[in-house]
Amino acid sequence: MEFIFFIILSLIAVISALMVILQRNPIHSALSLIVTLGSIAGLFIVLKAFFLAFIQIIVYAGAVMILFIFVIMLLTLRKDEFGQEKRKFQRIFAIIFSAFFLIELFIITNYTFFGKTEKILFTPADFGTPQALGRLLFTDYLLPFEIASILLLIAMVGAIFLARREE
Amino acid sequence: MVPVSYYILLSGVLFSIGVLGFLIRRNVIVVFMSVELMLNAANLAIIAFARNIGSLTGQVIVFLVMTVAAAEVGVGLAIIMMFYRNKKSVNVDDGNLMKW
Repeated sequence: MEFIFFIILSLIAVISALMVILQRNPIHSALSLIVTLGSIAGLFIVLKAFFLAFIQIIVYAGAVMILFIFVIMLLTLRKDEFGQEKRKFQRIFAIIFSAFFLIELFIITNYTFFGKTEKILFTPADFGTPQALGRLLFTDYLLPFEIASILLLIAMVGAIFLARREE
Repeated sequence: MVPVSYYILLSGVLFSIGVLGFLIRRNVIVVFMSVELMLNAANLAIIAFARNIGSLTGQVIVFLVMTVAAAEVGVGLAIIMMFYRNKKSVNVDDGNLMKW
């Protein structure tokens, strides 16, 4: 059952990820990316990361992608700015490079993990729930949590400063 | 139980698609989306390992990665707005002011 979910969700993720980079119109790319993020959230649920799956939907597929779509709409792109991919040689090298990268990853995975039977360690009943993760965030990882909040504040100030129109 | 190697392979495929998109696209917004795709592929790998060893620390790391990604998107899109305002274009090849 879990395996069927994994296959379906990973197929959706890979196909929509390909759509992200192959669509000419950036709006279509953004919508495909929402589908990818949603299917990755489904994979998080399969991996028992329930809290992170919902955070993924709310923060990524919700807030971040809305921001992307807002910016695409604000920029009022003309038709000729959608495509115009010149430099054929660069594209060929990019395809070769990423193919090599993928093959390297396959080889590394083959050497280290593949074919070995993993025995799953004991997982507590509340694994991945908001309670368990929240307890960890507010005790052991309090300092990174606070630093992350300061980082968000700085990013907010920086974004407002950058996007401001100079008089 | 799906073996962790399958998740790592899926994560590698998604990451490679992100690399490919980063390299072949000239539209700066789509380049930025490819970066998001790569971040998500890495997150998936971390979560798969966290599930495999039965530790919640990996999920905390992914939570922090998501925070950083959100901050990065906010600043990055502001920079794209500035870029468009100055160059009237979203083509990455037009950003050649600091090119030697």
